[in-house]
Amino acid sequence: MNKVDKPNPVRKPGRRRKIVLRPMAAIVPATNIAGRSLMLVISIMSFLACLTLGAVIMIQDTANSWQSEISREVTIQIKPDEGVDLQAALLSARDIALSFEGTTDATIVDPEATARLLEPWLGEGLDMDELPVPRLVIITIEEDNPPDFGAMREALVKAVPNVHLDDHRTWVDRLVAMASTTVVIGLCILALVFTATVLTVVFATRGALSGNHHIVEVLHFVGAEASFVASHFQKHFFLIGLKGALAGGLAAAVTFAFAGIWASNSLATPESDQATALFGGFAMGAGGYVGALAIVVIVAVLTAMTTRITVLHTIIEIDMIRSDPTRSI
Amino acid sequence: MIDFDNVGLRYGMGPEVLRDVTFDIPKRSFQFLTGPSGAGKTSLMRLMFMSLQPTRGFVRVFGRDITTIPQRELPTLRRRVGIVFQDFRLLDHLTTYENVALPLRVRGKEETSYRTDVIELLQWVGLGDRMNVLPPILSGGEKQRAAIARALIDQPEILLADEPTGNVDAPLARRLLRLFLELNKLGTAVIIATHDLSLMDQIDARRMILSGGRLEIYE
Repeated sequence: MNKVDKPNPVRKPGRRRKIVLRPMAAIVPATNIAGRSLMLVISIMSFLACLTLGAVIMIQDTANSWQSEISREVTIQIKPDEGVDLQAALLSARDIALSFEGTTDATIVDPEATARLLEPWLGEGLDMDELPVPRLVIITIEEDNPPDFGAMREALVKAVPNVHLDDHRTWVDRLVAMASTTVVIGLCILALVFTATVLTVVFATRGALSGNHHIVEVLHFVGAEASFVASHFQKHFFLIGLKGALAGGLAAAVTFAFAGIWASNSLATPESDQATALFGGFAMGAGGYVGALAIVVIVAVLTAMTTRITVLHTIIEIDMIRSDPTRSI
Repeated sequence: MIDFDNVGLRYGMGPEVLRDVTFDIPKRSFQFLTGPSGAGKTSLMRLMFMSLQPTRGFVRVFGRDITTIPQRELPTLRRRVGIVFQDFRLLDHLTTYENVALPLRVRGKEETSYRTDVIELLQWVGLGDRMNVLPPILSGGEKQRAAIARALIDQPEILLADEPTGNVDAPLARRLLRLFLELNKLGTAVIIATHDLSLMDQIDARRMILSGGRLEIYE
């Protein structure tokens, strides 16, 4: 406009006073109430999604460890009977078991240890000689290369009286089924939580954007390209999404870390032992942290994509009004 | 630059708000658009700004039939038209300076290339000491001047101003009119929609009078 304002005396040299302007403000206004609410919603949903992911990973790890601990051992049980030399039978059974490929160790459970096993039911000071209590040999096997249980059972029955080989197959099969079901349920819950997160982020973003409709309209009317408007909003809302998701992801990681610290501080207590046996340690593991990071990135990208689509849709809507006078601005 | 040929416009199933409107806006022309409230002035302005399409007839802007302009081409065409909205449409989070600079900013220009122009224009419309003020603090007249400055900043080929002096006192209205005339001398076609008879009496310009949806032109 330098030609228009020629008569303006302000332009005379020497009379111009220094004008201080603030740095150009962003075209999209800094976070308002809707933006803060969106950030809060995103952080809560990301927190829940990361927490669910961590819980699923924890359940999976625990199920795997149950399975592996039980399948690492088999038990030989010998019942006492008249005329049976129990000690000789135990030694014979141990030697037979160790002669098979795939066994690594065999331990005879001594009378004291057997008494301790029965202590919860029969009390202290139990005299093992007074009761016909079966004795056990615990055989450790190679998990990946187990011995031939059929042949071992046959050899034991031939050589040792009143013997029974328990390979824990029934338990292992049940545990595998239970663990698989638990993991599938966990994954279903994770899918539901993630779907809820996606929908919440999409609708919360659209809600936050509705308050900026007038900005989109003004930019469009002063000649801004649709891609220019969309990229400004996209950048702004990507940062909101990233901050919210990072806060939620970090909160979930911190929650797991605190739970892990609590668990390790309560070690050696009966409650802790029971909790650890059932639920495993409170740790997300490297996979869990990578998954949480993936959730953070997905949520931030989703927020940005929703913003872009919504802004472009708004601009199309404004031009639809142009095509249809019955619609009002 | 703008041609209307037997244009009719109705909203929904309502009566026609514009009927058989035919006129053209030549290059470098200056005209007032007037008429009673509800006569259809704003609808006519919106048709000229390509933010409405006619129910019947043809509207050509820069030789293009507005019903066939693809959506992606609208921003480029709108950059050639400056518009002053009746309700100003200033962005409340931007200062007066930033609002006026907005059309240049969205074109991707560097601030250093337009800073002086924006400052001088703001001084010329009497907002030299209100550059860092946000619109909610501005008075109605100041908002109007900021909206006018925003429409003028890129020296458009056509300027559409809807009641541009509605909120200013008589001396400032005369000053703004002088600004529009200077802009017109530089080659911009100017259309001012107004109720202000005293403003129209100040210069001998073409008058387009809308009444009952029909347009009469007094050259």
